Amino acid sequence: MKPKNIVYILVLIFFILACKKEVTQLFEGFQKPSNFPEPVYKFQNNNITKAGFDLGRKLFFDPMLSVDNTISCGSCHIPTSAFTQHGHSVSHGINDLLGTRNSPPIMNLAWSSSFMWDGGIADLDLQPIAPITNHVEMGETMSNVLLKLKNKTEYAQLFKAAFGSEEVTNIKMLKALSQFMLMCVSAESKYDSVMRNQKTFTTDEKAGYVLFQNKCNSCHKEPLFTDNNFRNNGLQPSNLNDIGREMITLLPTDKYKFKVPSLRNLAYTAPYMHDGRFLNVDAVLEHYKNQVVQTSNLDPFLLSNGETGISLTDDEKGKLLIFLNTLNDRKFITNPLIAEQ
Amino acid sequence: MKKLLLLFIPLVTMSFSCKKDTVPQYNATIKAPLSIEFDNIIGGSDLQLGTASYSNANNEQFKVTMLKYFVSNIVLTKTDGTKYTVPQDSSYFLIDESKAATLSSIINIPEGEYAKLDFVLGVDSLRNTKDLSQRTGKLDPTGDAAGMYWSWNSGYIFFKMEGTAVVSPQVNNVFQYHIGLFGGYTAPTLNNLKNISIDLTARGIAKVKTGKTPNIHLLVDAMKMFNGSTNISIATNSVVMASALSAKVADNYANMFQHDHTEN
Repeated sequence: MKPKNIVYILVLIFFILACKKEVTQLFEGFQKPSNFPEPVYKFQNNNITKAGFDLGRKLFFDPMLSVDNTISCGSCHIPTSAFTQHGHSVSHGINDLLGTRNSPPIMNLAWSSSFMWDGGIADLDLQPIAPITNHVEMGETMSNVLLKLKNKTEYAQLFKAAFGSEEVTNIKMLKALSQFMLMCVSAESKYDSVMRNQKTFTTDEKAGYVLFQNKCNSCHKEPLFTDNNFRNNGLQPSNLNDIGREMITLLPTDKYKFKVPSLRNLAYTAPYMHDGRFLNVDAVLEHYKNQVVQTSNLDPFLLSNGETGISLTDDEKGKLLIFLNTLNDRKFITNPLIAEQ
Repeated sequence: MKKLLLLFIPLVTMSFSCKKDTVPQYNATIKAPLSIEFDNIIGGSDLQLGTASYSNANNEQFKVTMLKYFVSNIVLTKTDGTKYTVPQDSSYFLIDESKAATLSSIINIPEGEYAKLDFVLGVDSLRNTKDLSQRTGKLDPTGDAAGMYWSWNSGYIFFKMEGTAVVSPQVNNVFQYHIGLFGGYTAPTLNNLKNISIDLTARGIAKVKTGKTPNIHLLVDAMKMFNGSTNISIATNSVVMASALSAKVADNYANMFQHDHTEN
C-alpha cells in the first residue's frame, strides 16, 4: 500500500471516529430554548436520560411496532421532513391502507397541551397507543408489541440501561418513546436567531414579519406558531366530511374545528391542512385570501363585516412567504441525534 | 310458683338479651374480607353469552356475546352511619361475563355491620387523567384494559355490551354499545360516570368479621341497558359509542344493579 493511501485511510478513520464522537456528545438532555415559554409536559413523571432517549429512538424507528413488521413510527414521521410523511396527503399505513388525516410533525411536543388534529389525547405518554393499535396505521396490539420486544434480545440491555431492569413493560416503552419525541425540539430557525439577537431580518423578512403579526399571529401564536387551540379555518368540507374536534367533545360548536398547526418548518412538511389538501404554502395563502367557506363555527378571525378570509395583496403575500421561510430549521431536520441510526 | 315464674321470666329475657348483645363482637380496627358478587342476568334469565336469545322492549330478538363494565371507588356505610372508603388503588374492578373469576370481588374492610354499598360505574375522571405509572393492573390500557380504553379519544370505556340481532343493519348483524366519556380532559364533554348506591337493609346487611367472608349478592340486569327512560332500538342504533345517545344508554344501565341477598 502506498503511504499516500495509508494517510488517506487514516484521515478517513479519524473523520469516522470524530463523527461518532460528535453524535454522542450531542445529547445534552432536554433544554428549553431561551425564547420559548415553560414546557407543559410533566417532566417530573419522566426524567429524560441519554439511555431512555436512546431506547425511545430505537423504538421509534422499529417496524416491529406494527402488526406485519413493516411500518415504524418513523415511516409516517420522517426526520428529514420534520417528522411528517412528505408527499402523502393522508398517512399511509400497513397493507397500503390510508388514514383520514395528514401526519403532523413531531416537534416541540413538550409545549403541546393536546395531540392529534382533534386533540383527542391529552398526554404524550398515551399518544403512541393510538397509531400502534389503529387498524389502518400499524394495526398491532400493545400486548403483542411487548411480546415481540421481549423476544428481541438486544432490547433487554437497552431497557436495563434506561430503567434499571431488563424487564420490558408498557410504561417503560411509552416513557422512552416520549423521551425521544420530547427531544425533537426545533428552535434553530433564522426567526429564532433574530429573537435571540444573533441575526437580523432582511427588509422583506421584516415587512413579512409585521404582516404576520397583523394577520396570522392571533392563531399561529409566537414563538411556537400555534395557540394550541381548535379552530375552523373555513375549508370546504371534503366527501369524508371530517367533523374534527366535535368527534371528541360531541359539541356542535366544535364542528369542523382542528388544532392550529405550527408554521415552523413549512418548507419540509407539505402537504398542508388536516387532510393534506394543499400542496404548497402559496395554495394555503390563496385559501385564506379567496377560498374561505362560511361553514358552521367559522373562526371569527376569518370573518369581518360579512367578508370571509384575510385580505392580502400579492405583494403582501410575497413578503409573508419570505417571512415564513425564516421559520425553517435546517439544523432540526439534519440533526443526527434524532435521525434513524 | 306464680312468684317464681314472675322471677323466671325476666331472668330468661335478660339472658336472651345478653346473648344477643354479646354475639356480634366487631373490632373496627381489624379488617376482614367482604365479597361483592356481580351476577349478570338479563330480564328474568341468567345471562348466557352467545347462545340464548332475548327480546327487548322494542321486541327485537338479540344475543349477547360480550358484557364488561368497570366498577370503582367503592364506599361502604355501617348501620351506624360510619363510612369506609376502600383505598382507591384496590378499588378498581373490571367485571367480564366471560371470565368467572371477575364476577366477584373481594375487598378488605373494617369489621362491622354494613347497610349501604356505593360505587362508581366506570373509571373516575381523576384516574382518567393520571400518569401512565398509575394505570396498572385492571387499568393498564395496554393490558387488562386494552379493550376498555379509547386510544383516539383518550379515556376508559365504562360499559361494553356486544352481540348480534337480526334487525341490526351492521355486517354480520352485530350490535356494539361502548359507553365511556368522563367529562373531558382539556374541554368539557359528556360525563357518563354513574354513582350507584345500594341499600342493603331490606335484603340483608353484611356482617363483616374475621374468619368469615360475607357475600353481597347483586343481580345485574343487562336488559336495563335497552329498556328504560329511553328504549334503545338495535335496528335504529346498533352502534353507540362516543355520541350524544351514549348519555341515554348510560342513564338506562345505571338502573341495572339490584341487591338480591347477602350471604353472611
